[in-house]
Amino acid sequence: VATANALKAEIEDVRATAALQVASGGSLTQPAPRLVESLGLGREAHQEEIAAWDVDVLPDGRGLPPGKGDVYTGEEVFATYCAACHGDFAEGVDNWPVLAGGFDTLADKDPVKTVGSYWPYLSTVWDYVHRSMPFGGAQTLTDDEVYAIVAYILYSNDLVDDDFELSHENFMDVEMHNADGFVVEGRDTEEYPIWRDEPCMSDCKDSVDITMRASVLDVTPETEEEGEDDAALELPQETPSTTTVQEAPVIKTAAVATPDPELAAAGKKVFRKCQSCHAVGEGAKHKTGPVLNNVLGSQIASVDGFKYSNALTEAGAAGGTWDAETLAAFLENPKKYLKGTKMAFAGLKRKEDQEAVAAYLATFLGNPG
Amino acid sequence: QPDPLITELQDWASITGEGVDETPYGLPIEFESDVIRRNVPWLTADPISSINFTPIHALDGTITPQGCAFERHHSGAIELRKEDYRLMINGLVDTPLVFTYEDIERFPRENHVYFCECAANTGMEWAGAQLNGVQFTHGMIHNMEYTGVPLRLLLKEAGLDRAGDLSDKWVYVEGADASSNGRSIPMEKALDDVIVAFKANGEALRKEHGYPVRLVVPGWEGNMWVKWLRRIEVTDMAVESREETSKYTDVLEDGTARKWTWVMDAKSVITSPSPQSPIPHGPGPLVISGLAWSGHGKITRVDVSKDGGMNWETARLGKQGDSKALTRFYLDTEWDGEEMLLQARAMDETGYVQPTKDALREVRGENSVYHNNCIQTWFVNKDGEAENVEVS
Repeated sequence: VATANALKAEIEDVRATAALQVASGGSLTQPAPRLVESLGLGREAHQEEIAAWDVDVLPDGRGLPPGKGDVYTGEEVFATYCAACHGDFAEGVDNWPVLAGGFDTLADKDPVKTVGSYWPYLSTVWDYVHRSMPFGGAQTLTDDEVYAIVAYILYSNDLVDDDFELSHENFMDVEMHNADGFVVEGRDTEEYPIWRDEPCMSDCKDSVDITMRASVLDVTPETEEEGEDDAALELPQETPSTTTVQEAPVIKTAAVATPDPELAAAGKKVFRKCQSCHAVGEGAKHKTGPVLNNVLGSQIASVDGFKYSNALTEAGAAGGTWDAETLAAFLENPKKYLKGTKMAFAGLKRKEDQEAVAAYLATFLGNPG
Repeated sequence: QPDPLITELQDWASITGEGVDETPYGLPIEFESDVIRRNVPWLTADPISSINFTPIHALDGTITPQGCAFERHHSGAIELRKEDYRLMINGLVDTPLVFTYEDIERFPRENHVYFCECAANTGMEWAGAQLNGVQFTHGMIHNMEYTGVPLRLLLKEAGLDRAGDLSDKWVYVEGADASSNGRSIPMEKALDDVIVAFKANGEALRKEHGYPVRLVVPGWEGNMWVKWLRRIEVTDMAVESREETSKYTDVLEDGTARKWTWVMDAKSVITSPSPQSPIPHGPGPLVISGLAWSGHGKITRVDVSKDGGMNWETARLGKQGDSKALTRFYLDTEWDGEEMLLQARAMDETGYVQPTKDALREVRGENSVYHNNCIQTWFVNKDGEAENVEVS
């Protein structure tokens, strides 16, 4: 009975506390405790681990590794890894970011925001190129390559001369054009005070007229049905014209037409290294690189509607075709196999990877995409 | 005439349907197949580094299903197993730590509903009415119930004594994907309501939302909600990364730019009727419905105008607004079949009133890109079709 009474009292106590909490406008919910003591979870990070992941560079230069690179080297490295999207002169290709120029356009309609015209800190450029570029091959550049690329971007913005060499030692001496172009926030002083007034509810204006309609611009994506119709119209009405090369490779096509499914599946994973520039499959469209449907057995540089480098066009005109052998050699080291190709890709060093990608691409033969 | 759907025996009333387990993890019924995310191909160079939009014209209530919640990737959505997941806390902490996924689940956790809005939502409308659909003009937003650990608990586990005075310290947060999107967050916010989340709407985060762990930064721009969160560094200054200098800064009319504009101001939009959701019936009872939200706290009131802002009626809130979460509003009205110029105007608990497009442009010009929280206007014609317009 004593235990029961104690329990009863305890329940009463909990109820009373709860009632009090509800009465005072609170509820029974509680946030997670604000811990004072450690839970002892996790483990201490090793110095090597921190060094591997903590690579950010601060505006005052902290975090920069020792190294150097000049404009001349940078031009070459940039052409290899960056120009496919950003253009040889950092002018930008298609919708990819423009990195150079645009000075004194920030107050214009549609300002051109580039490293030169807009970026306030050089550390941001180094950090971003080092950590996140090239697109589809992040963190593969050496420190010196990054210094060289950054030097070239500065040169393409006329911020340094062509004999300039950037290093960790002179890094903080570079003056950025728009370093003083930023203010912190601003809404708290310029907007909130005037937009906290009680709003008008009736007869708030003399008249209301429509001043602009979205339908005039007509840039809204179409509905699915319409989209499909358009896609159908875009399909090639005839197979690519190169009849001369289509005869011989037919046998080769047949030879690779039944790829090992396991190898093809492995190739699909390896192909992730390619997908930032190449699309494959039904409805695939050209990206930075051409669509890769039907590539095996086809003449080099023969896909309609893609602008190849002179090097590839010439290789195709000379009768070159893509087969397992030529593709493997090209993929191993694109720039070495075909000097002048625009394909900015370090290469697939492993033979298994080359074969796997070929097997994967062989599953896209006969696809009209 | 009697309705044959009632008078005649229908298949579904006679023949059996699907058994259990037909779809072990369900998808929407085929009749809802148009309720999907969509992108605007001309916006970006490549879908791997792009954005798409939540079909808010077709949803109701406030919770966004993960499967149709807008995606924004800078180097594609990656596949990262829980077993391979590591979270590092380093920098100005007493002991730099590494957590596994299992470790994260052993900390006390909280549940909160928050909206996540991309700073560029409605950004294409700065210079004029462009896109004919609320999905495209306002669909860079979603609202989920997150389960996760308050960031302050993880920071305290590593110890902040070494950091000294916390008022001028920052945390730099970084993702595990190839873009390694990194943002600097002031320590005050980090210790306040930021969550290291691993569940959304009760289920594991979807791949495209940062599986297995993402950051939730309530009320602040979506770019800071780092997905595939792998590192938190305590620093004594902002890193000024690419995403907080060259992007997510607001260029004003004179060419200077605002930076560190993190909060998403109060905003609302009518989701129905709207260009993708016309009035399917004639004159008579009509429900005008929409969403409102504020990064500063709760939505306290939403007004609706049918005449382009001349006169306003106060709408009904679906339920009392949650702080930094979507609030649904309804105006239960009678449509006379005449043309309308529909607008919604939100107010939050700080007294802030959502501004008109002209008011915003007066302060910021037309080149801002981000943080466009203007009042949106839909022109509804006599057939009930709606169009995106601007009014005087």
